[in-house]
Amino acid sequence: MARLKFLCDADRCIECNACVTACKNENEVPWGINRRRVVTINDGKPGERSISMACMHCTDAPCKAVCPVDCFYNTADGIVLHSKDLCIGCGYCFYACPFGAPQYPRVGNFGSRGKMDKCTYCAGGPEPDLTAAEYQKYGANRIAEGKLPLCAEMCSTKSLLAGDGEIIAAIYKERVLKRGYGSGAWGWKTAYRETIDV
Amino acid sequence: MTRTGHDRRWSARGIAAALTMLLALLLALPAATGSAFAQVNPTTEAVREEQLMQALDRVTGRVSIPDRKAATLIQVEGQEWRAYHERTLAWIGGIAILGMLAVLAVFFLVRGRIRTEAGPSGRTIVRFRWFERFVHWLTASCFVILALSGLNVAFGKSLLLPLIGPEAFSTFSMAAKYAHNYLSFPFTLGLVLMFFIWALRNIPSRVDVTWFAQGGGIVGKAHPPAGKFNAGQKMLFWLVILVGAAIAVSGYILLFPFYGTTIAGMQTAQVVHGLLGVLLTAVILGHIYIGTLGMEGAFDAMGNGEVDLNWARQHHSLWVAEEERKATVEGKRSVPPTAVPAE
Repeated sequence: MARLKFLCDADRCIECNACVTACKNENEVPWGINRRRVVTINDGKPGERSISMACMHCTDAPCKAVCPVDCFYNTADGIVLHSKDLCIGCGYCFYACPFGAPQYPRVGNFGSRGKMDKCTYCAGGPEPDLTAAEYQKYGANRIAEGKLPLCAEMCSTKSLLAGDGEIIAAIYKERVLKRGYGSGAWGWKTAYRETIDV
Repeated sequence: MTRTGHDRRWSARGIAAALTMLLALLLALPAATGSAFAQVNPTTEAVREEQLMQALDRVTGRVSIPDRKAATLIQVEGQEWRAYHERTLAWIGGIAILGMLAVLAVFFLVRGRIRTEAGPSGRTIVRFRWFERFVHWLTASCFVILALSGLNVAFGKSLLLPLIGPEAFSTFSMAAKYAHNYLSFPFTLGLVLMFFIWALRNIPSRVDVTWFAQGGGIVGKAHPPAGKFNAGQKMLFWLVILVGAAIAVSGYILLFPFYGTTIAGMQTAQVVHGLLGVLLTAVILGHIYIGTLGMEGAFDAMGNGEVDLNWARQHHSLWVAEEERKATVEGKRSVPPTAVPAE
């Protein structure tokens, strides 16, 4: 069974934000929520790199561990999903998440949080696959259609890679060997407790 | 003359330089055809995750969306917070609460219920007027619900979830969250009112030293003198006020997320809130025990507000004396059942 992961090759990312837009459009993400974002490190300085970041679908996910109502679950592919029916909007997963992935729609005054929303790896939620209920709560389920997440699929420089961890790691490794440099697989150590050694 | 010499020398140097350049170009040619960009090496300049993590324990950059929190790419403090929330807090909370229950059970078995030694006198004295009782029960009822809903966040998924199933547990937890959020306001009001009505009576005095020296009458058979509040009650009062205030402040930080706080601030607020919450819960368990099961006649003080005179003489001798003095000054008979003001 594949272990699905994300890998952002920062040496290729041109900060075009197409992944962000693709995600918002494909999943009808509500206003104010960004399931994916592009962060630029050392902006305007030598060595500047941009990294597209969303939920990394961690191994032994911190969000899953701290959830007081245990609303997270793993798919057979290692994708971390959650149930919006069970979520109580406590905000704990955001405190635990290394990547700032969980987001909460504002449902009332002050800081009252609604049901948490995050990247689903375009794999929907606990509802039956490809139903209207699933789409309304979680967005697209491209995995059920045999497709990969749209953010990675339409990345113009193929900086953002999605797929089986071993395959995308091999692709990244090959690139680094060919071009002679690479700033590393951002977040892999934190998310998967492994790095790609070239 | 010197000028010509100089020129001559200059031209000689120029020729030498030209020759060196030509040589260098010839040597560099194969290398240049091999890799056109050999001079540019982005690896040496690229910002790397490990360096940033080692320097700051987090990676922060710039984002083009309004959410400032999104600029933090990776924060590893979340892992520490997770370890605290899942292990440290569970252990501390478990030991504090179960430990307190165990201590109380052992104490009850050893010491039994503390009786009024002289027996009931049949005459009562007003200990807490209606407003004092109202403030006590306002704070107390809020605290019970806040404590239970708080414990649900920490322990519910291990204890209650397997019993009632995910849907029912989630519905309950959602209701508990709202109760926890909204009851914080009357609880805080109760704390403020308690401070104003009881703070003066709870200022430590020399009598408290004797009280502690004699084990408060809890350990041993002594009945150390005490005013309206004994040293133990004073300690409880200040614990409730100070720890309660810290819990309230950290709770409001959590209730208004990211209003002037960062994620580190939110994590810290949660650590303080959870830790003090379980500790205060353990302390209050002791308070509930001594006010109900642990001591005969104690509940009346907060029940109907009137305590038996013999109970009052045994536990709060100085306070009774004070009340009697006040009654005489006011020209009334000594300690009539109802006409004595509580303070």
